[in-house]
Amino acid sequence: MPTGSERMRLHIDWTRCDGRGLCTELLPDMLARDKWGYPVATKIAPESRSDLVVPVSRIDAARDAVDLCPLLALKLIPIERQS
Amino acid sequence: MKLRDNPLVDRSVDPPVGVARLFLAGREATHDAHLAAYGPLPTGGAGQELIAQLELSGLTGRGGAGFPAGRKARAIGGTSSLWAGSPIVIANGAEGEPRSVKDHTLLHNSPHLVIDGLLATAAAVGASRTHIYVPRDLIAGLRKAISERRDARRIVLSEAPDSFISGEASAVVNSIENGVALPTDRTARLTTTGLKGRPTLVHNVETLAHVGLIARFGANWFRSVGSERDPGTRLITLSGHSDRERVVEVPGDIPIVDILRSAGVSTDAVSAALVGGYHGAWIAATHLESRMSTAGLAPHGAQPGAGIIYVLGPRQCGLRATAEIVGYLSRESAGQCGPCRFGLPEMASLLYRLAATGFDKSLRRDLEATTRSVVGRGSCHHPDGTARLVLNALDTFSADVHAHLSGRCLHEARR
Repeated sequence: MPTGSERMRLHIDWTRCDGRGLCTELLPDMLARDKWGYPVATKIAPESRSDLVVPVSRIDAARDAVDLCPLLALKLIPIERQS
Repeated sequence: MKLRDNPLVDRSVDPPVGVARLFLAGREATHDAHLAAYGPLPTGGAGQELIAQLELSGLTGRGGAGFPAGRKARAIGGTSSLWAGSPIVIANGAEGEPRSVKDHTLLHNSPHLVIDGLLATAAAVGASRTHIYVPRDLIAGLRKAISERRDARRIVLSEAPDSFISGEASAVVNSIENGVALPTDRTARLTTTGLKGRPTLVHNVETLAHVGLIARFGANWFRSVGSERDPGTRLITLSGHSDRERVVEVPGDIPIVDILRSAGVSTDAVSAALVGGYHGAWIAATHLESRMSTAGLAPHGAQPGAGIIYVLGPRQCGLRATAEIVGYLSRESAGQCGPCRFGLPEMASLLYRLAATGFDKSLRRDLEATTRSVVGRGSCHHPDGTARLVLNALDTFSADVHAHLSGRCLHEARR
């Protein structure tokens, strides 16, 4: 089980995402909507936009986004230390 | 046992000298012709020592991404544990790139070299299962090749559908496992959990052919051709200069212009060259001295990729050529991921408008914005690769963009 202090990334499964937008309402500081309605990570390198590092202060909101996504398109994954 | 399998085994064969390496057994080589040209594969490949040899060899993947083959094999070794199950090795011959025929040519003429590399890799990583994934028209030839040798009997042949995306590594695994050649969402590497959850190595068939030779002749032999930073040989598919593609084996790090000259293509007849494939980059005629290696092409935002060089004549417009390619790529989107499904057609449409010439000054800005918006937002790199090509084209053909936005084309004569 992930502990509260663990660093997490929010992974977007684009094959599931349908652009419903709940995640962008729960995480407005991290996700905006593009012109088609799909979430787009702001303030982040373009290559990392499918795996957003979640600030510790936003873990609870991110967890809500995972639970409430109607398409089950989001996952929180512990960030493994570089081997 | 080996002696009985291979009647020619007592014949000692010297390592190939020079650049001609992958086609020495001749056309549609039988196993006997293959053994006569290269000698037998050491029993059990070279075992785990092969991984060390691959690392020393500097061999990189020849399918597009250019990842070091040794490191990939080592990753398998690092992940294998009791619960992960034994690894699986897949020879990927899907070759979805429309301008590439080198894998087809290799599998058609030197199937046994690919099989050797597959078997040697499987032995080195302790794989229990091996697959060869190829287009339909190669299945019969490979079945015959497999039937010619005992050590290959457990290789499973799978058909790759004819699509651009069918060779993407997760699509390969998905196709073999579920019959659906579409990329899948991944949160872990295939080398950790791939086909049926097992650690899975997906290697391009040319990469494996080189492995088949390194297993025999070693890393130092491999490095005796090419350069320090790009050792060995690579297969190139040259097209655009005539109606027929041409496959050539060249030393690593060779200048593009040398490849063109050796194929009898005058540089006067080339205004730009698309290098690496449809996810690649355009090299302007003034930069054809650039070398066909990762380091040599990096300044131009290009990579050797799958070894594709597609030349554009002086009367062809690079923007139009790019629009046609992006139109193709948008149609080849699997349509699974929103930004790719909606973004690529829009990119193609804007590019077609740019190619058609006009006075819409917002075209370039809109195209760049849409293009940048799709990057990093898909389950595979199809949107990223397409975006790279578009941004590169706007850069390389900036004079054309300027002319088009002023209502004229520098290449296509108006009639």
